[in-house]
Amino acid sequence: MQFGVFTVGDVTVDPTNGREPTEHERIKAMVTIAQKVEEVGLDVFATGEHHNRPFVPSSPTTMLGWIAARTERLLLSTATTLITTNDPVKIAEDYAMLQHLADGRVDLMLGRGNTGPVYPWFGQDIRNGIPLAVENYALLHRLWREDVVDWSGKFRTPLQSFTSTPRPLDDIPPFVWHGSIRSPEIAEQAAYYGDGFFANHIFWPAEHTRRMVGLYRQRFAHYGHGTAEQAIVGLGGQVFMRRNSQDAVREFRPYFDNAPVYGHGPSLEEFTSQTPLTVGSPQQVIDRTLGFREYVGDYQRQLFLVDHAGLPLKTVLEQLDLLGEEVVPVLRREFAARRPAHVPEAPTHASLRAARDAAGTAAQDPARAAGAERAGAGAEGGR
Amino acid sequence: MSERTLVVLSAGLRQPSSTRLLADQLAAAVADEAARRELTLRHRTIEVREHAHDVVNNLLTGFPSAALGQAVEQVTAADGLIAVSPIFGASYSGIFKSFLDVLDRDALAGKPVVIAATGGTARHSLALEHALRPLFSHVRAVVVPTGVFAAPEDWSDGGADGALRTRIRRAAAELAEQIVRYPGRTPTDPFALTTSFDDLLAPPAP
Repeated sequence: MQFGVFTVGDVTVDPTNGREPTEHERIKAMVTIAQKVEEVGLDVFATGEHHNRPFVPSSPTTMLGWIAARTERLLLSTATTLITTNDPVKIAEDYAMLQHLADGRVDLMLGRGNTGPVYPWFGQDIRNGIPLAVENYALLHRLWREDVVDWSGKFRTPLQSFTSTPRPLDDIPPFVWHGSIRSPEIAEQAAYYGDGFFANHIFWPAEHTRRMVGLYRQRFAHYGHGTAEQAIVGLGGQVFMRRNSQDAVREFRPYFDNAPVYGHGPSLEEFTSQTPLTVGSPQQVIDRTLGFREYVGDYQRQLFLVDHAGLPLKTVLEQLDLLGEEVVPVLRREFAARRPAHVPEAPTHASLRAARDAAGTAAQDPARAAGAERAGAGAEGGR
Repeated sequence: MSERTLVVLSAGLRQPSSTRLLADQLAAAVADEAARRELTLRHRTIEVREHAHDVVNNLLTGFPSAALGQAVEQVTAADGLIAVSPIFGASYSGIFKSFLDVLDRDALAGKPVVIAATGGTARHSLALEHALRPLFSHVRAVVVPTGVFAAPEDWSDGGADGALRTRIRRAAAELAEQIVRYPGRTPTDPFALTTSFDDLLAPPAP
């Protein structure tokens, strides 16, 4: 199982001292956090993509390229890449380039973006969110798999004899997750392609997540990619920890009360009971997180949001220490003990390459290939 | 006798509230009128003020608390609705409107509704026609022709002239008649897949 963090990259005033980081400080904090994620033994760093204040990460592959150069094992991802307002051709090129530079340590989580004003800035209309996500991804999927593409669609200028360069590393496209909070069409899209499904799981009740993941699993099986239990599921989560849970609540409350999205709304206690937010001791985070599988099944990726709402970098790094030292080692062990053998790890570049190579030799030696495919599906998914 | 559900939405703020009083009288009259049409009405009253914080939270977070979620479900599933607001600043109260704002867009479509209001003076009685009726028309509810407005004079002297009582009775009869005709609402599941991926990839011509 993969563990990591995802960040939205918000620039928010620290409500405890009124200090607002500069964009430069926030960007540097994000890459410091990414390096720390690897240092404490987590697997994934995913950055959001936004084109409006108060957010800074408008150029994810620039940031992830920098991080790739300074890390060894860290898997670089996005949360999420805007499949609606980005040109799918540019996504194909940018992430293939990143994949080469990072030696395959790249995947993408695609989302539509729910900020209405952003769409027209990129020549689009939020009312076309679903059709844009469907058409753009259909093109992206082909650009990574076909050397020469002829294409025409509704939202983009047609392509004739176009080759997206560079080609994906080893001709293996980055693995893709599709994220959505409550659009069944996106769960269907993920299932149709046999891609992963990522549930934000932060601002929403567990029931939403249960329903969406359930639909995705059922349709994944319907499209013949495996059994429902073998579908590739990722979850977000939001935690704030101190050794003593009362200290965690006391320290986090002003950040919660003033946070973008839910600030000035429900109380911390209400929000904690209604959503997966956990504020407390490392043990409480372990218990709550292990509970997620009771309503989504055995899943492959758990990302935590730890750096938003104006929390200072020092505090965030302390959170990562707690995750790395106390929480994730236990979660790895406990999730592994609960997961049946037929449930795969999340695909990585290495596992996809191994599976492809095994399939290639299948013609010569079917028995040997079947063994290699199993090994490939399980390889390098976690540590 | 067949059975239907009636939900009474009352947005009064005080205890006791004249808004709730009007709501209760309407509910009793509708039950009578329904019985004359061989309908048993199960009725539930939702006091909007009990959900005031949750309504605001829902507007901010995008999802209802469990208690508010239940109230929203009851309104959505109802076969008839009595909606009563105090008139503030020549219109429905803010919290009344906010409650309606957290309903799904189609929650009231086709639903029989009586609109009613209370106010400090009879001069506000047309707020029913220029504020509440357009609001419910917008969400495609079937609003019965008679709206009921109660001013202080309707409560004094026990409503001596009986005018309020007459209007309540007329509105109740109109609502009961609509409930008889109302086919009921099949609950829609927001998480259900209603399209195939082939249609998403290549939408059929309209």
